[in-house]
Amino acid sequence: MTSGILVVSETEEGAFELLTKGHELAKQLNLELSAVVLGDRDDKTVQSYLEYGAQKVLVIANSSFGALDAETYANMLHEITKESGPDILLIRSSRLGKETAGRVAQKLQAGCITDAIGLSVKGQDLVVDRYALGGNTVSSEIIRTRKKVISIMSRTFEAQKAPVQGKIEKLDLKIPPQRIHLVERRKKLGESVNIESAETLVCVGKGISNKEDLAMMTELSALLKGELGCTRALSSDYHWISEDRMVGISGKRCKPKLDVSIGISGQIQHTVGILSSKLIVAINNDKEAPIFKIADYGIVGDLYQVVPKLIQRIKSLGA
Amino acid sequence: MKQVVDLQQIRIKRDTREPVLDGLPVLFGDFDKNSLEEAVKIKEKHAAKVTVLSVGSGKLKDTVLEALAMGADEACIVVDPVCEGSDTGASALTLAKAIEKIGAFDLILVGEGSADNYSGQIGSRIAEILNIPQVTYVRELSIEGNMITAVRDVEGALEVVKGQMPLVVSVTSEINKPRRAPLAQILRASRKPLKSWTLSDLGIDQNKVGSGASAIQVVSNLAPQQERKGVIFEGDVEETAGKLVDALRKEGVLE
Repeated sequence: MTSGILVVSETEEGAFELLTKGHELAKQLNLELSAVVLGDRDDKTVQSYLEYGAQKVLVIANSSFGALDAETYANMLHEITKESGPDILLIRSSRLGKETAGRVAQKLQAGCITDAIGLSVKGQDLVVDRYALGGNTVSSEIIRTRKKVISIMSRTFEAQKAPVQGKIEKLDLKIPPQRIHLVERRKKLGESVNIESAETLVCVGKGISNKEDLAMMTELSALLKGELGCTRALSSDYHWISEDRMVGISGKRCKPKLDVSIGISGQIQHTVGILSSKLIVAINNDKEAPIFKIADYGIVGDLYQVVPKLIQRIKSLGA
Repeated sequence: MKQVVDLQQIRIKRDTREPVLDGLPVLFGDFDKNSLEEAVKIKEKHAAKVTVLSVGSGKLKDTVLEALAMGADEACIVVDPVCEGSDTGASALTLAKAIEKIGAFDLILVGEGSADNYSGQIGSRIAEILNIPQVTYVRELSIEGNMITAVRDVEGALEVVKGQMPLVVSVTSEINKPRRAPLAQILRASRKPLKSWTLSDLGIDQNKVGSGASAIQVVSNLAPQQERKGVIFEGDVEETAGKLVDALRKEGVLE
């Protein structure tokens, strides 16, 4: 195996995003681009990796994601990347991906950067951007060890086809038995909604005083043909809104055309999830709230007065 | 647990976009408090001993008192100026060596990430150094004999997993609500055992830690550039709502 870039993701969606970026980096750094796939994927799925620029697809025999734990996953990746294996690991920053990144980095004695939001080549260096200091800053970093482990937030790059003549290799790895055992997997309560692809997002926070008032917010988001999102407090602490609508560092990262933030002070743990919005609108009664610093438009005022007026105005547009 | 500056108080220099950290108060991050709270809850149920371990500098001796007041039985801190600028690998090595010095343990509890950098690497790296399994993003934890059962929070699903101690567990904020230390405990905290170690106490080669040994070179660390319009309406509700709707129409986001 020649040294190169290895893309690691549990989902094809994530793999294709990383392959697209990996393809660009591999050309700039003159490296081979490969991807690892677990053995539960059918042939057609494995083939599709070649269409996104993978010169080599490594299929790990007798493996599947269902019950895989981080230690075992790290053992697999270590087998592939140690010594003359690929030097740069691009791992999708899912929860499994992120915890595996730290473990495989330790095995490789490698520097590791998690939750990257940007990758670029400057000279011969690979520069990795990530949020630091609780999101107050963006830190641009270079990994000095030869082996480099980077986990990248999903939806950082857009997948684009770049078909290459690649080959598919089957690997039979010898991995020690798993020590953590899956007993059960259950879906989270609540509806299953994909707010990440919404064009418009209405995000609500602790400024909302009663659960009943969410009806008004849902009405507004429906009028805007959008989806409702929320801060961690409203889903994890109050349980008013299901977790798949939680936006921020521990929730979803959204890139809508329009984000309307209502009753949200603008703590960075939440705002990292909306910073990529084209347009940010804030409604808050506190003029000093940090949310206004990242807003394109804002109204300082009581949301209980402002939102009904907005609903009324928008309705009259359609009339 | 990791001592971090109070992130809410960070100010950004307007001209250079540099963060100003000097003189900020330091505290333990919220996720770290969740991990301590869980340890104390386990102790209340299973008669365990809770040791809080932290690597840091300066005010750590004071910061750790809060953890002792919250219910830890003893504290071990590693304070060494050489540790300044350590990367996650070196920090994990320092913690792992300290854990070996503390002696036998059943469970290492950490937060899902630190409040400042949220890299989430420390738990994984310690588990690898100590060659024990890891269970991350845990929101429910129960112990029976030497087995743990944990409910993990992964994207879109909850996983129930079992594992044998010793192991590393990282917890999310959903797992509990950290208690506020009662006054009586705050007063008693300074009388609890507190061990302070340096790198040489742990037998760690000074060349392996600190900024000089860091695998990560920070090129820049600045507040993101803002290219937002910042048009804020104030005053009469009727008027401001009208102005906002007009603005959004001009932006083409309202049909």
